[in-house]
Amino acid sequence: MSTEIFAVPDDRGYFGVFGGRFVPETLIAALDELNSAWERFRHDADFQEELEGWLKDYCGRPTPLYRARKLEAELDIKEIYLKREDLAHTGAHKINNTIGQALLACRMGKRRLIAETGAGQHGVATATAAALFGLDCEVYMGEKDIERQAMNVYRMELLGAKVIPVSSGSRTLKDATNEAIRDWVTNVGDTHYIIGSVVGPHPYPAMVRDFQRVIGVETRRQILAINDLLPDVIFACVGGGSNAIGIFHPFLEDDLQLVGVEAAGTGIASGAHSAPLSAGRPGVLHGSMSYLLQTEDGQIKEAHSISAGLDYPGVGPEHSFLKDTGRAQYISVTDAEALEALRLLCRVEGIIPALESAHALAGVMLEAERLRDKVVVINLSGRGDKDVATLANLEAGEGK
Amino acid sequence: MSRLEKKFKQLQDSGRKGLITFITAGDPDLEATCALVETLAAAGADVVELGVPFSDPLADGPTIQKASGRALKQGVTLKKILETVIEIRRRSDIPLVLMSYYNPIFSYNLERFVADAVSAGVDGVIVPDLPLEESLPLRNLAAGRLAVVPLAAPTTAEARLQEIVAAGSGFLYYVTVTGITGARSDLPPELTATLDRVKKIAADLPLAAGFGISTPEQARLVGKHSDAVIVGSALVEIISRSGGGAAGRRELFDFVESLRRSLDAVAIPCVS
Repeated sequence: MSTEIFAVPDDRGYFGVFGGRFVPETLIAALDELNSAWERFRHDADFQEELEGWLKDYCGRPTPLYRARKLEAELDIKEIYLKREDLAHTGAHKINNTIGQALLACRMGKRRLIAETGAGQHGVATATAAALFGLDCEVYMGEKDIERQAMNVYRMELLGAKVIPVSSGSRTLKDATNEAIRDWVTNVGDTHYIIGSVVGPHPYPAMVRDFQRVIGVETRRQILAINDLLPDVIFACVGGGSNAIGIFHPFLEDDLQLVGVEAAGTGIASGAHSAPLSAGRPGVLHGSMSYLLQTEDGQIKEAHSISAGLDYPGVGPEHSFLKDTGRAQYISVTDAEALEALRLLCRVEGIIPALESAHALAGVMLEAERLRDKVVVINLSGRGDKDVATLANLEAGEGK
Repeated sequence: MSRLEKKFKQLQDSGRKGLITFITAGDPDLEATCALVETLAAAGADVVELGVPFSDPLADGPTIQKASGRALKQGVTLKKILETVIEIRRRSDIPLVLMSYYNPIFSYNLERFVADAVSAGVDGVIVPDLPLEESLPLRNLAAGRLAVVPLAAPTTAEARLQEIVAAGSGFLYYVTVTGITGARSDLPPELTATLDRVKKIAADLPLAAGFGISTPEQARLVGKHSDAVIVGSALVEIISRSGGGAAGRRELFDFVESLRRSLDAVAIPCVS
């Protein structure tokens, strides 16, 4: 593969035919402003040095690359490494992006942050960054998710953020995103919108990717220090896809396999899933062209996953590009398979992964046969403390 | 000359201001939509905008969001709306513009959409999430057949506004407020001065102003500084409150007529 294929996006924010800026005219000036700020500060030594400082001393980076020997034995796979994003501050990779964007907002003179959140992880990470930099923060969250994730609502409020319930549509992440965009359209002068994944209009997919690349950059350095060889395969879960792009991107030009794992919910055939790359078709949602779950008439379908962080009908445009170019492969695992993976990791390694990250492990379990003699890296994007109540409820329901 | 061009020329020749009325197609159902369009025309609307419902209307406030939701529950689709337009065209020659988010049109297939819209009798299309840079494929297919009405906002810089005007057809939809659709008690104080400036740049493309205009007084004020006024949420609110039957149509008629009278008070007598 030539280097040039992956020098995306282009000036208009396109990854091949995916991406772009499908937003109301009112936001174009703000996206232009954001794009020039990002173009400037991504090459600015002071900015990068300050960001690195926060990532190191505040977020706890670099996160370890841990060799999971008992998991190797259990699955009969040569080598398995876990990239421990669960050990980053606030418990997931989300903080890499929110610290970066909050720092950028400060440089742009915007004193108010808004965000959307599903499970609440991105909301907590945004509230954390806002507290750290002394910015106002309002987080949009669907009413249904507020019920499901009461603890994260409390965490955000503890951190000084205001959580705004969203009662429109399906009352989940998709609608919280609509509401955040409406807020931004209305308050665009003094507000920065921190999108939580590699989705949305240009420059968000590229900018969020650049903030999350640190995962892959560290992984590369760490695995080379251990093995002096790159891994054979990297697995990551894909909802919007920021942890996956973060770990994939520094390896795009290398000879290794990249596998994104989508949430198949109760099974692709059941229709209740969150797997647009596996079972959707291209369309426009939240500002960019990408694979989407949609009806025949172009209405957006509700997604389903046991993992609130993967429960989204769209996916970042760069993943659509990586799928269509064949550079990455996308598979899907069901709720049940993810739960089994979660329990396995708890039992053999003493690590409670987030339900999202358990999908990546479940993907490895599904393909264990062909991975027997491979060196595998799994992006363990978050910790599972937030999911414990969901798990307990499930077990109660199962009568265990 | 298209129905839209003809209408704006008539308005200009008679020194009158245009009244563009928006309703969500299929709210409460598509049969009612046919009757409501006739009511709007009879009450003095010059152009009717039909909103194509979408699951994620991110430029719309609660009123139109809810109308969109009601229409989708009825199973309304773009295809059915085009069939309704054919029905409307049997009885009315009023210029019709569809307002749709991009995905329903993209999913329908752009080329097929333009062909079917034109043959049904649609005169133009407004796509609120399709800014200048992204609208080229649609504009190319629609050229000379279907107006692709561009939007401009208070945040649009002057150089960009010139490009938008140059690429646009039908009329220029100027978004009066930095925000989403819906009634507001106050319009921005600088609006009239801004409209005068935009009008100069718009040159031959008629200037229509919308978002937040919900009373005859606001319509008159905005009408003084534009070629046409767009009213949407206030009408959708009446339909949601009083329905699409006789009572709703009567209330809608009275309100649109009051907008019409207010705008006609702006009319500039033909001088010279």
